[in-house]
Amino acid sequence: MPTIAMPEPDLGILARASQIIERLTAVVSAEAVISDPQETRAYECDALAAYRCPPLAVVLPRNTEEVSAAMKVCHEMGVPVIPRGAGTSLAGGALPTADSVVIGIMRLRDILEIDTANRFVRVQTGVTNLSVSAELEASGFFYAPDPSSQLACTIAGNIAMNSGGAHCLKYGVTTNNLMGLRMVMASGEVVDLGGPLLGSGGLDILGVLCGSEGQLGIVTEATLRILPKPEGARPILIGFDSAETAGECVARIIRSGLLPVAIEYMDDVCLRAVDAFANAGYPKCAAVLIVEVEGSEDEVLYQIERIRQVAEELKPVEFRTSRNADESLAIWKGRKSAFGAMGRLGDYLCLDGTVPVSKLPSTLKRIGELSKDYGLEVANVFHAGDGNMHPLILFNANAPGELERAEAFGADILRLCVDVGGCLTGEHGVGIEKRDLMTKQYSADDLAIQMEIKSVFDPDWLLNSTKVFPLEASKPYRDKAVRG
Amino acid sequence: MQTKFSEAQLADPATKRSNEILRSCVHCGFCTATCPTYKVLGDELDSPRGRIYLIKDMLENNRKPDEKTVMHIDRCLSCLSCMTTCPSGVHYMHLVDHARAYIERNYKRRWDERALRWLLSKILPYPDRFRFALLGAKLVRSFRKFVPDARLRAMLEMVPDRIPPASRNDRPQWFLAEGQRIKRVALLTGCAQRALNTDINDATIRLLRRHGCEVVIPEGIGCCGALTHHMGKTDDSHAMAAANIRAIVAELDGKGLDAVVINTSGCGTTVKDYAHMFRNDPLAANAGRVAALAKDISEMIADIGLRDASHAEPLRVAYHAACSLQHGQQIRSAPKDLLKAAGFQVVEPRDSHICCGSAGTYNLLQPAVSAELKTRKVATLEATQPQVISAGNIGCMMQIGSATGIPVVHTVELLDWATGGPMPQPLAEKPELSV
Repeated sequence: MPTIAMPEPDLGILARASQIIERLTAVVSAEAVISDPQETRAYECDALAAYRCPPLAVVLPRNTEEVSAAMKVCHEMGVPVIPRGAGTSLAGGALPTADSVVIGIMRLRDILEIDTANRFVRVQTGVTNLSVSAELEASGFFYAPDPSSQLACTIAGNIAMNSGGAHCLKYGVTTNNLMGLRMVMASGEVVDLGGPLLGSGGLDILGVLCGSEGQLGIVTEATLRILPKPEGARPILIGFDSAETAGECVARIIRSGLLPVAIEYMDDVCLRAVDAFANAGYPKCAAVLIVEVEGSEDEVLYQIERIRQVAEELKPVEFRTSRNADESLAIWKGRKSAFGAMGRLGDYLCLDGTVPVSKLPSTLKRIGELSKDYGLEVANVFHAGDGNMHPLILFNANAPGELERAEAFGADILRLCVDVGGCLTGEHGVGIEKRDLMTKQYSADDLAIQMEIKSVFDPDWLLNSTKVFPLEASKPYRDKAVRG
Repeated sequence: MQTKFSEAQLADPATKRSNEILRSCVHCGFCTATCPTYKVLGDELDSPRGRIYLIKDMLENNRKPDEKTVMHIDRCLSCLSCMTTCPSGVHYMHLVDHARAYIERNYKRRWDERALRWLLSKILPYPDRFRFALLGAKLVRSFRKFVPDARLRAMLEMVPDRIPPASRNDRPQWFLAEGQRIKRVALLTGCAQRALNTDINDATIRLLRRHGCEVVIPEGIGCCGALTHHMGKTDDSHAMAAANIRAIVAELDGKGLDAVVINTSGCGTTVKDYAHMFRNDPLAANAGRVAALAKDISEMIADIGLRDASHAEPLRVAYHAACSLQHGQQIRSAPKDLLKAAGFQVVEPRDSHICCGSAGTYNLLQPAVSAELKTRKVATLEATQPQVISAGNIGCMMQIGSATGIPVVHTVELLDWATGGPMPQPLAEKPELSV
């Protein structure tokens, strides 16, 4: 059995299921409420498919008002709510409980306002990350955070998890690009925070909300900062015959004072799977770095030359730049599809720890040793420039005991990240996956303060309450909350 | 992802294949982003990931299909956009085909639904019956607003104004190559296409002959089986496919063939999959031979190289990528490259990867979703301000043509014109476009 526990469902809520569904159906249209057990099954998990539990019902509202109305019903009836975007979380952020109602925002997909003069766009949060940039294409602007799942993942999910991505080395993660939002509170009340202007007085509540994993409210609209597209950009592929040397190269590039827009790392296991999908012609060696530089042609050439100087000291087996736009597209397509493509090799657990860049070589070495100890193959593909690692542990889901072994291995890797001065998560969030490891990184007091903040926004602990905090730590809060 | 099939279940070849497919899915959700029905309906149950889940549950538990499961699987266009998107190579086509056959065997549809499907399967694949039905439908078409059933209304609305007489060219025969013969090819003349539009095969034959191909219309060739296959009627579809395999193999073992040319990309996807369809059948070897020879007309001409294409007006052509071509057969650039080489100015609509809603019999069985996709597709095509729209599949041509005033022609008609053939009929009717 998988090792992450979920609390027993509230039998009182289950007993009132039909009334809950009836009241939800009264406030949104009937086709927006899904409660047939055959149908709720499709919502029983996200991309962490090892953990599954069908919810009591799924609501798919069409606008903020309907989200608010559904939330009010759940609040009045004391029903836990699981907010859901595109369900691409690798940390189980959208995993339901049997006594919960999933509120999905995927039907809120309008682009509300594009203002290039003031450099912002206002969207409903069910739009996908990539479609925001696609809408801006003609105007020469783009939205910077680019999680690898950007084709499918929603802006709501990005805000909940404070998502990053390959190009965040230069442009920052979601919180650095989020200017305002409209949010439905746990009570159903709708609030607006921030807006298109930079800075505002008082506490930075926006900063608290971004990355709160759906525990403080459901964001239905967002104002995002947009940037003019660079004049040009070109990826460089640098191949090394050892993982540690590649890790060392990353540290040296950063130390040299250069700031490429992205430094990505893929090892041979991963390259094998990815090239079968993207045909990008990556070098065949132990580890490859994709370093992207951007700017005018002169700037691009200057940076490539500087990076060549840094890399050559480490004797790369290959150093080449993309020859044309199609090749650049293929190189990035491969990198962005890496997690999915790994499915060609088998089942996997995808981790998300962060370490100081200078510790990359030693951490990669230690992961290799652990892989031997556990007898499970591991592939590494990650945002090397900011030390955000994504080891993928390969296992066979149909073989008894392998998932548990993979999970134990994963926990060891995450502990290692904390031990070397890093942290448990870079961008996927804590979800359920890293929930029980939070005590490794935070003291009981640290966790208590975070839970007190949640209580301010959500006194009844209805929103995604079985995530992020170890169940034992959150029990007093969850118990105190009165259920209808 | 994890699956729970027993050894006994896995002894069934279809279940074994579905298990392999399900095991390769990692539930990443990328497929949802490019699924047309998810874009329109916004419910994961109407996305590939949701359908995969429904199918998995149904097959694992040997469950009798329920109304909801059937509804969500019926809503799938089989456009296969998800297969282009899927990084882990999930073969959704084989999975959904299995599910459709399972539903057909284990689920009793309502009487009207059954009657409709029976009717479609007994008419569309047979050109003479279909032509007769079209003529009849044309007579009653003006009363369509009194028809209570949306599906029947959709059918009447699809009836074209002009129904061509049967073409002599579609009968079994062969056509000599012009000049030196470099290849001998069989042409799959199709079924519904032969009743709806005879210009396409005529243009294809002229184009192939001009490019040094001897063209054979084999005795006994008919519907490829796709129409019934997508309704889960595997007995019908296999019988039709088997007849084609025998007809083509007779020719192959006789005077020999270099290719089987197909100008309806929906059929091309199916013929190229014959090896899978017959993998557990005595016909397996021959099915494999036919599948290996199958080529879309654009692939064929690209292989030979377009000759002397200087005869057409350099019109602005919006190229509509048929899903069966771009996703089913992964042919993306050949038709556009050929059109450009023929001197046309080629433009592409936004979201070209999204289906127009035609999808075989889908526009007749799922009129609401189909109409929404049609509206979106026509809007993006018209936004490119083309003089003509070109596509490689009769279904798309009918669907798009029913909602726009811009002429819609098959890509081969433009290539035929450019290499010395007649101007395509829909263009000739627009005097402002002629020389």
